Amino acid sequence: MALYSEKVMDHFRNPRNVGVIEDADGVGEVGNAKCGDIMKMYLKIEDGIVKDVKFETFGCGSAIASSSMATELIKGKPVEEARQLTNQAVAEALDGLPDYKMHCSVLAQEAIEAALKDYESKKEE
Amino acid sequence: MIYADNAATTKMSEAAVNIMSSLIRDTYGNPSSLYSFGQKAKEVLEQAREEIAGLIGAEPREIIFTSGGSEADNQAIISAARLGAKKGKKHIVSSAFEHHAVLHTLNKLSKEGFEITLLDVHENGIIKPEEVASAIREDTCLVTIMYANNEIGTVQDIKSIGEICREKGVLFHTDAVQAVGHLKINVKEQNIDMLSASAHKFHGPKGVGFLYARKGILLTNLIEGGAQEKGRRAGTENVPGIAAMAEALKEAVADIDKNTARLIPVRDRIIAGLNEIPHSALNGDAGSRLPSNINFCFEGIEGESLLLLLDDKGIAASSGSACTSGSLDPSHVLLAIGRVHDVAHGSLRLSIGEDITDEEADYIINSVKEVVEYLRGFSPVWRDLVAGKTQFIL
Ligand SMILES: Cc1ncc(COP(=O)(O)O)c(C=O)c1O
Ligand SMILES: [Zn+2]
Repeated sequence: MALYSEKVMDHFRNPRNVGVIEDADGVGEVGNAKCGDIMKMYLKIEDGIVKDVKFETFGCGSAIASSSMATELIKGKPVEEARQLTNQAVAEALDGLPDYKMHCSVLAQEAIEAALKDYESKKEE
Repeated sequence: MIYADNAATTKMSEAAVNIMSSLIRDTYGNPSSLYSFGQKAKEVLEQAREEIAGLIGAEPREIIFTSGGSEADNQAIISAARLGAKKGKKHIVSSAFEHHAVLHTLNKLSKEGFEITLLDVHENGIIKPEEVASAIREDTCLVTIMYANNEIGTVQDIKSIGEICREKGVLFHTDAVQAVGHLKINVKEQNIDMLSASAHKFHGPKGVGFLYARKGILLTNLIEGGAQEKGRRAGTENVPGIAAMAEALKEAVADIDKNTARLIPVRDRIIAGLNEIPHSALNGDAGSRLPSNINFCFEGIEGESLLLLLDDKGIAASSGSACTSGSLDPSHVLLAIGRVHDVAHGSLRLSIGEDITDEEADYIINSVKEVVEYLRGFSPVWRDLVAGKTQFIL
């Protein structure tokens, strides 16, 4: 029995949108090294659309796969839609995660929320 | 596949497989039955007991067959606790990095009013015998210290610890699950009162083990029922498994010198290779460790993703990261030797087998280097470390 679904393994082995956006409009980092998973999301936003998104993750297989899937789900989408992304949507898109790994999908949602919050606060300045 | 997880379990030896399958097929009698077909099984059982006893310097009646290491640990500790309680002695000395079969049993006893002292294992994973001596009190009924640690492979000075316990009149148990069949053991010479072993760690079958208990130590029965094992452990004996265990142990003990001579240079070659990875560190003492054990922490990465990528490269290994244990905390062993959470998550345990080749060792080194570098490449933790935003620990 495999630990993870094929989808999870695919995103873990070939993560999409890995890296950094130097002139990002919003950056969010969540998690901590104490609990074992840290995600950092970089957003490039133009005309209310998520033009580009990149991530860096320190974490387990499902943390890396969740970050990767989350970036795919919001890339090219209106900011409003990105804001609605739930951890369940990330987990479902990965054909499910083991129960004790659901926190990884929560982190992915929170990382995007944090990056969008950063974007909003920068916009206000 | 390169199987480098022999601390988790080992491949059964051919001889053990053969004995087991022939007994399953042909010698299915119940050793408790009177007729000769049952007594044939009884003979196999007692021969195995004699062999195993001889291999660790014990007497046959001092060997009780169990379902494995966990049961042996439970029975040894509970027995000593019951004996102690009768004399009003309810203090136990152990160490912070024991296997959970020991720690959880001690935890249960602490809820029953026992006081537990867990000794420091220091940064090198070695317990100081003099600290055992000073931890022993008037009301101490048991010292239980593992022979060799299952994660970081450090080996304790069991003889000295046993001597201290003997002098002070305190029972001494050792969880020798990782040591039996790999290190030379003589329970009499090493002053061991009780010892736990598990067959699947020395090329025997799973679900079989034994407890050595020096004669005169009254054991508490954990499993009630029939009179098997002189009333100390009920249940029809796993005759094929027990005979296979004896065979596996016979081979393992005969090969200790050969295997040690083979494994130590390979182990040290892998340790030297992995030490070349920047900001990495060996866990546990480099000298006093099992010939098969290599355990590292790599800063800036997490262990489970490392394992999965090594699996893709055909290497089976293990990690003490939280994500591999299903809890939020990394291995209690790594925390016990003072590794902080951030670093403990990025650990790798390789426990190599006797048949490893030099080419395989080099392949392991190169694969680990490659995967660590790859994972660091998109780790925000590593980025902050390199940028000087956070301090390197290793
Ligand atoms: C040190 C130690 N003690 C006890 C055990 C438990 O042995 P078993 O799996 O036979 O119950 C193990 C095996 O994981 C071990 O490594
Ligand atoms: Zn995780």
